[in-house]
Amino acid sequence: MNKLLVSPAPHLHSKDSTRRIMRDVIIALMPAVLVGVYFAGLSALLVIVVSVTGCVLLEHLIVRYLMKKKTTVHDLSAVVTGLILALNLPVSSPWWMVLIGCVAAIGIAKMTFGGLGHNLFNPALVARVFLLISFPVQMTDWSVANSLFRPDRWELPKGLLGAQGQLLDAASGATPLGIIKEGLANGLTMETLSQQHDFSYWHMLFGRIDGSLGEASALAVLLGFAYLLLKKVIKPIIPLSVMVTVVIFSGILWLANPSMNADPLFHLLTGGLLLGAVFMATDYTTSPMSPLGMMIFGIGIGIVTMIIRIWGAYPEGVSFAILFMNALVPLLNKIKPLPYQKEVNRG
Amino acid sequence: MNKTFSIGGIHPQDNKFSGDQPIENFPIPKRVFISMNQHLGMPAVPVVKKGDPVRVGQLIAEPAGFVSAPVHASVSGIVADVASYPDFMGKKVLTVVIDTEGDQWLDDIDWSPEIRHEITDTPQEIFKKISASGIVGLGGAAFPTHVKLTPLEGMKPEYLILNGAECEPYLTSDYRLMLEHGQEVLVGGEMMRRVLGNNVTGIISIEDNKPKAISLMQRLTSNYLQWKVIPLKKRYPQGGEKQLIDAVLGRKVPSFALPISTGAVVQNVGTAFAVYEAVQKNKPLISNVLTVSCTDRSIQKNYRFRTGTPIREILTAAGAMEKDGTLLPQFAKVVNGGPMMGKPVVYLDGPVMKSTSGLLLFTEKETKRKNPGECIRCSKCFQVCPMRLQPYLLYQLALAGRTEELEANRVFDCIECGCCLYSCPAYLPLLDQIRLAKNVSLKNKRKK
Amino acid sequence: MTSTLLCTILSLSLLGGLLAVILYIVAQKFKVQEDPRIDQVLEVLPGANCGGCGFAGCRAFAEHYVNNPETTDFFCPVGGNQVMKLVARVLGKEVREQVPKVAVLRCNGSCGVRERLNVYDGSPVCAVAADLYDGETGCSYGCLGMGDCVNACAFDAIYIDPLTCLPVVVEDKCTSCGACVRACPRNILELRPKGPKNRRIYVACANKDKGAVTRKVCSVGCIGCQLCVKACPFEAITVTDNLAYIDPDKCRLCRKCVAVCPAGCILEINFPPKKQVTENE
Repeated sequence: MNKLLVSPAPHLHSKDSTRRIMRDVIIALMPAVLVGVYFAGLSALLVIVVSVTGCVLLEHLIVRYLMKKKTTVHDLSAVVTGLILALNLPVSSPWWMVLIGCVAAIGIAKMTFGGLGHNLFNPALVARVFLLISFPVQMTDWSVANSLFRPDRWELPKGLLGAQGQLLDAASGATPLGIIKEGLANGLTMETLSQQHDFSYWHMLFGRIDGSLGEASALAVLLGFAYLLLKKVIKPIIPLSVMVTVVIFSGILWLANPSMNADPLFHLLTGGLLLGAVFMATDYTTSPMSPLGMMIFGIGIGIVTMIIRIWGAYPEGVSFAILFMNALVPLLNKIKPLPYQKEVNRG
Repeated sequence: MNKTFSIGGIHPQDNKFSGDQPIENFPIPKRVFISMNQHLGMPAVPVVKKGDPVRVGQLIAEPAGFVSAPVHASVSGIVADVASYPDFMGKKVLTVVIDTEGDQWLDDIDWSPEIRHEITDTPQEIFKKISASGIVGLGGAAFPTHVKLTPLEGMKPEYLILNGAECEPYLTSDYRLMLEHGQEVLVGGEMMRRVLGNNVTGIISIEDNKPKAISLMQRLTSNYLQWKVIPLKKRYPQGGEKQLIDAVLGRKVPSFALPISTGAVVQNVGTAFAVYEAVQKNKPLISNVLTVSCTDRSIQKNYRFRTGTPIREILTAAGAMEKDGTLLPQFAKVVNGGPMMGKPVVYLDGPVMKSTSGLLLFTEKETKRKNPGECIRCSKCFQVCPMRLQPYLLYQLALAGRTEELEANRVFDCIECGCCLYSCPAYLPLLDQIRLAKNVSLKNKRKK
Repeated sequence: MTSTLLCTILSLSLLGGLLAVILYIVAQKFKVQEDPRIDQVLEVLPGANCGGCGFAGCRAFAEHYVNNPETTDFFCPVGGNQVMKLVARVLGKEVREQVPKVAVLRCNGSCGVRERLNVYDGSPVCAVAADLYDGETGCSYGCLGMGDCVNACAFDAIYIDPLTCLPVVVEDKCTSCGACVRACPRNILELRPKGPKNRRIYVACANKDKGAVTRKVCSVGCIGCQLCVKACPFEAITVTDNLAYIDPDKCRLCRKCVAVCPAGCILEINFPPKKQVTENE
């Protein structure tokens, strides 16, 4: 006779699981990954493969042999970390640097705190900042010259590539944010800068390597955002509040002095802002749990990012901003939701 | 757009497979086990002895206080024993066992199928009949109905909401009852409305996955000026009292307060039918409708059963048992009630109760709990909690045994709907721990 | 250059001085008068913060002990008589000596002797299962075997034996703090005197059902047959609610009850193995 199973209610479970969520995030990251590979070729693929394999292997080894527990890699969270880390690195990153990044991400930022769900800071971002400080040269070498398949050797659609000049510009190794930061510091105005360089929103939206692997195309990131929303993996609060804050912040400055400040759309589309707002700020473990907390979190990221971009030493500040706000998450989680009966009665 | 409650909630697959199965009368069992503890409150006190002959509808146990309910014989025959017997959970409770002989009803019970529309009793008489007939809330909680209909000082009922939401997946007993006995349900509801006061508005709320029931009840209520039907958007746990009041009236019941404080009284449609039978037909609560369901097409039924029928007999008749009396091998769990809030059946020879609304069979794949992982702080539990609690926080506090903080975080507001455990991607046993913490602190409070 | 240095030194010392004054004022204002003996008592206590004494921790115990000089009932079960003597020396008062105790499990229903009737699938916590129903076996009093006591023990003194599915108390590690006793939802753990030479006899059952019912669900359950009561020459055994109990104060360890118990639920601990009397037969 088969014995009856006995458990307290409920007796059913939704199809949700950690693994399924991570799988959805991976799918959402695919457009950005594919665009990166499309523009930078095999070298981008190499960075991605090394990063993902490194993260998964490291997590497996640490859990299995250091913590002496059953391996946790099947929840796919290490794959997500690896992918996001890869998207945060320059295409030309040497393999050893990527591996060091994996150690920083999984070894330092994730497993030291106890693994999935316990880390205070986003592992991929910790790794990125770690590498940025340790290897400033490699981390800001945006050239694609080292890549096996340089894009100029490819038969790319003319509309996407633009004139020969932009490709060289991209390969020469400066991001739009870097260009304006240096330009403005040297006393140039936005007008002269945009005459010298072509900051086409078209390129920012559809893709051109002018930064990290994942920063190639804003559209690819937005596609992933839409997928995550559709699958109800994330709520739109954090990404939207980051974007709105950045637009308002830069908009005020731009309206006050258009010749010394880039316009809001420029700030929104360049750099890792979208990538950070959609994929890194929304990391469950390192973001607040209540809607109000999420909003404060997003606004904080937007403000800190803009402060670093405009007045800081680095041209880009999204990673720092997210890490900074990560530290405030335990505090933001103290925000209590409105008690049930305090809700405003409709009737 | 149909109304629904404003906070949290989930959308499990409703799986109402047995919706097209008409209610069958379940054959009278040879032996019934009538528990004295079929309602919330004090267990009833038996007034029959071993060897006494009883007839259907005869009082066999008296209420042991105000919050209690009498119990009546559901079959005719000889009392075989009055002693402790295990109920479906295997817990031993005082039970009256009756060996069936024939089907002799008490003389004043009208068991003809004809419907009596007009209400001749005064509200006082209706109330008396309700409390004497052992009617309890048939939505699952089995709270004695007369207690809910008793006016409280300072509280004025404005609405009587008949709960036909049936938000639990699989269950179709309320749906079938409304389709087949809509008129009786409405008359029963009207009688309860009169008990509450003549200016009370009657509302029948039905989820929109039951369009047939909605249109039927809408047609029937056209003859009753003080009644209306409010269709609700399908969402679990809409049938919870607090959620239903929120959905229908947009009012929220405060912590520790009774629903009546918002001016609303909620009664299940099954209860309304029982009230109709008790008042118009003199028939006490001795039977109810339950759904037997699972994903297997051949085992999807709705039965009208006599209280105290052993679960084994119902499952056997439904085809869920092997010839040798064991459960079909594909099934691993039997649930008494809905899949979200029902209790597990531990003892198959245990009886069904007055308020049993379903016997559901699940395979191991459907129901076996998966190994819990780590909380990834996705806050899904918080998003689905209809009482706006923070289940992840309560879970941690419960594990640490921090009673004061649990209470400060309103653990007593938890309605145990199971949304948090249902949606947790890490399979954490959130509700298990929260329910335990709740029960433990309630016990400690009572001690003080 | 000098002026910069001077400026720095001056401003920093000024700041330091200011902060020192503030700190001093605050310290004076919020000074808490505390009996120095509390710290002295705390020093000799084991510091396990197990709660075995009935207070929230060692500090709470020390405070209560120092502040209530007349009471003598306080006892630190972990430290035992030795520590209590030291505490008494600090405070200059008498301590009533208590016999050392150990936690014993009043259930012997290992997996072999109790049939498993259903499979529990909720969270593996005894308290949750006990809150839901009577457990996997028919016995509604016995051990649920999911180890709430193991988790409660701060001294690693309990483990679940995989062969019997029952918790085992490691005598040397058990400090009789009582954490397991409080954690057990079935209330089957009991603190009993360790006994002379650590020898003790107790009834390893908590089932209050009638004999016939008990026997059905467990072959080693106490059936309340009273044979042990009759066998005991010291009137140490009583049967209430179909369950025998041996009063440890009256028991003289004669082991007569062990021999007569038909269910074999009276356990003798740490006795030398019996000589084979039946050898000649």
